[in-house]
Amino acid sequence: MRALCYNGRNDLRVERVPDPEIVNPQDIILRVIMSSVCGSDLHLLNGYVPTMQEGDIIGHEFIGEVVEIGPDVKKLRRGDRVVVGSIIGCGECSYCQSQSWSLCDNSNPNAYMVEPLYGYSPAGIFGYSHAFGGYAGSHAEYIRVPFADRGCFLIPEGVKDESAVFCSDAFPTGFMGADMADIRPGDTVAVWGCGAVGQMAIRSAYLLGAERVIAMDRHKHLLEQAKNNSNAEVLSIDEIDIQEALKEMTGGRGPDRCIDAVGMEAVSSSPQYYYDKAKQWVRLENDRPIVLREAIKACRKGGTISIIGVYGGFVDSIPMGAAMNKGLTFKMGQMHAQKYIPRLLDYVANGQVDTSDLLTYKMPLEEGQRGYDYFNSKSNNTTRVVFTP
Amino acid sequence: MARTANLAQAGVLDIAPVDPIPSGSSKINVGQNERWLSVGAGLLVANIGIRRGGIGGVLLTALGATLALRGASGYCPINDALGRDTSDDKTETNVLEISKSVTINKPREEVYQFWRKLENLPQFMRHLEDVKQTDERRSHWVARLDSENIAAKALPKVEWDADIVEEEENSRLVWRSVPGATIDNSGEVRFVDAPGNRGTEVHATIKYRPPQGIVGEAVLKLLNPAFKQMVKEDIRRFKRLMETGEIPTNEGPSGRKPETINPALRQPIQNTQTTPQQDTPQSQTKPSITDESIVL
Repeated sequence: MRALCYNGRNDLRVERVPDPEIVNPQDIILRVIMSSVCGSDLHLLNGYVPTMQEGDIIGHEFIGEVVEIGPDVKKLRRGDRVVVGSIIGCGECSYCQSQSWSLCDNSNPNAYMVEPLYGYSPAGIFGYSHAFGGYAGSHAEYIRVPFADRGCFLIPEGVKDESAVFCSDAFPTGFMGADMADIRPGDTVAVWGCGAVGQMAIRSAYLLGAERVIAMDRHKHLLEQAKNNSNAEVLSIDEIDIQEALKEMTGGRGPDRCIDAVGMEAVSSSPQYYYDKAKQWVRLENDRPIVLREAIKACRKGGTISIIGVYGGFVDSIPMGAAMNKGLTFKMGQMHAQKYIPRLLDYVANGQVDTSDLLTYKMPLEEGQRGYDYFNSKSNNTTRVVFTP
Repeated sequence: MARTANLAQAGVLDIAPVDPIPSGSSKINVGQNERWLSVGAGLLVANIGIRRGGIGGVLLTALGATLALRGASGYCPINDALGRDTSDDKTETNVLEISKSVTINKPREEVYQFWRKLENLPQFMRHLEDVKQTDERRSHWVARLDSENIAAKALPKVEWDADIVEEEENSRLVWRSVPGATIDNSGEVRFVDAPGNRGTEVHATIKYRPPQGIVGEAVLKLLNPAFKQMVKEDIRRFKRLMETGEIPTNEGPSGRKPETINPALRQPIQNTQTTPQQDTPQSQTKPSITDESIVL
C-alpha cells in the first residue's frame, strides 16, 4: 500500500510499504477514508519528539471502513464506517475502566522507553513516535487498529466524512479541555490557540454553559473563524496586550477558566519567545511554555487552568508562586477519546455542533509534504488539511 | 554510600527468604596464590601459542586461555572433580537480586492459577523456551537468548531443575534451583490483594549466583540492570495477557518497517517479523502473540 512516511525533520514522502495484517485477536484492518493533520504531528516533524525513525507512518486522526476483523472482535462488521480514537485503550485495565483511556496501562508496547522520563507510561498512540507505541499511523491506505471494539465508533448515517473525521481527535481534545475546566454558569473562559482543537474547545465551552469565551491567536484567518463560526470574542496576541485586555474585559476579575490549546511550540513576538527559543537551542529546555505562563498570570484567583496543548519534556520559569498563592487548579492530559466520542457524535448528528468547517483542504497522500507545509505555516488560510488515501 | 536497589536483601521487601544453593561454577575453589600463578602461566603459554601459530599454537593458546580464565575466575573444574579446594576465605560468589512488581486488574485466584501452571510461563517470559513440571515439586526449565548475535549463539542453552520449596495456594510460591544448575537461582512470587479492589499485586524476586566466580560476578553486576528490565517486561507482558487476553504489539506486518533500534538497551533488534502471508482467509488467521525482542 501507499503511505506517507517520516524521513527526517520536515521530510515526508509517499512510500510503498507492506499491507497491515491482523496480528492480535482484537485487531481490525481499516481502509482509511480520511486522515487529518494534527498540531501534535508538527512536534514530530519539527523534531521536538524523540524516538521517531525513518520510515514511520504518521497520522492519528482518521475515519475508515472496516475491511478485516480479528477473531475476538464482537461489535464490528465488514463495511462499517467508523471513527477511531487517536489514543489506544485496552478497556480492561483500571485506567480504562475508570474512563481515563489515555492512561491505559497496556496499549503501549514500548512503555519502557517513556518510563525513565515519565515514571509510568501513558497509552499508545497511532503514528506518534516509538516512545508512544511505535504503531503505524493513518496517513496510509490501510491501518491496523488494536482493541478495535473499544476504539472504533460507528458514524451515524447522515454525518458526513468531513465532520466525522474531527471526532477522532480535535473534537474530543477540545471538549475535554472544556470539561476539565469545570465551567460553571456565568463563567468567562479564555482559550489560547484558535486551531481546530482551540475552536472545538470554544464550542464545547458554550455547550457546557460558559457565558463568554475569549479566544487568542496570532493568525488572522483563525481569529476570523473563531469569531464567525465559534462565536468567540477574539484577541490578536501580536497586537493586543493580553494581560490588560483579559483583565479589563472581565471587570478586573480575570477569566474564570483558562484553556491552553497551544502547548510546547508556542510562538509570540515577546522577548519570552526568544528566551525559550534560545534555551531550546542549547538544549536547556524542551518546550516553550509561553501560553502556560500567560494563563497562570491572567487567570482569576481560584480559577482553573486546563491544559490540552501537548508538552513533551521539561519547561522553565513557570510562575509557581502565582499559581500557588492564587489557589489555581491545574487539570491536564491527553484526551480520553473512548469516553467522549459517542457523546460528540450525537452532538454532530443532531446538529448542535458542526465540525466540517475545520477542513480547509482535501489532498491526496502524494501532496502530504505540501499539506503539512500549509498547516505548519498556517498559510493559505489553512485550519486543517485532510488526506484522502 | 551507594543507594541499593536490592530491596529484599535491604529488608525493604519481606520476600524471597531462600538463597540459591551455591553449586557448580558459582563456587570458588582455587586459592589466591594459585590463581595469580595460573593467570601468569596462562598468559605466558598463550603468548607463546599465538607467536607459534598453526595447530600447536591453537592448542597452546587454548590451554593458556583456560589457565588464565581459571586464575581469573577462581574456579577450576579439575579441582572440583578431585574434591580439591585450595581457596582461602571466600567460598561463594555473592547473591544478586532482582525485585519487580506489577498490579493486575484481575482476582488473585485467577492470576495465581495461571502462573501456577508453570507451562504457561513461556507465553509471557521472553527468554524461556520451555518449562515442564516433572512432579509435584520439581520442574525443568530451558532458557535461551533469541538472538542472531554470534556471541549469543555461542552461549549454551541454559537449563536447570527447580523445586518449589514453599507454596501457599493463591498467595505465594518460593522456588530454588536444584544443585547443578547452570546458574544457581531462587526466588519468590507473591500474590496480594491490591487495596480498594484494584486487583492483584504480583511481587517477584529472583536471586541468583553469578557463574564463573568473581569475573562472572563483575560482568553480571554490570548486566543486572538489563536483567531487571527483562524481568519487568516479563511481568508487564503477564499483566497484559491476564487483563486483555493478548499482548499488544507493534510487530507483524502493520504497514511500516519494523523497529530497528531498541533505545533502552542500545542494541540492534533482530527482525522477528513473520513473513507476510498472502491472501490468508479470515478464518485461518491465527492470533499470534509477539512482542519485540530484547537482545542481550
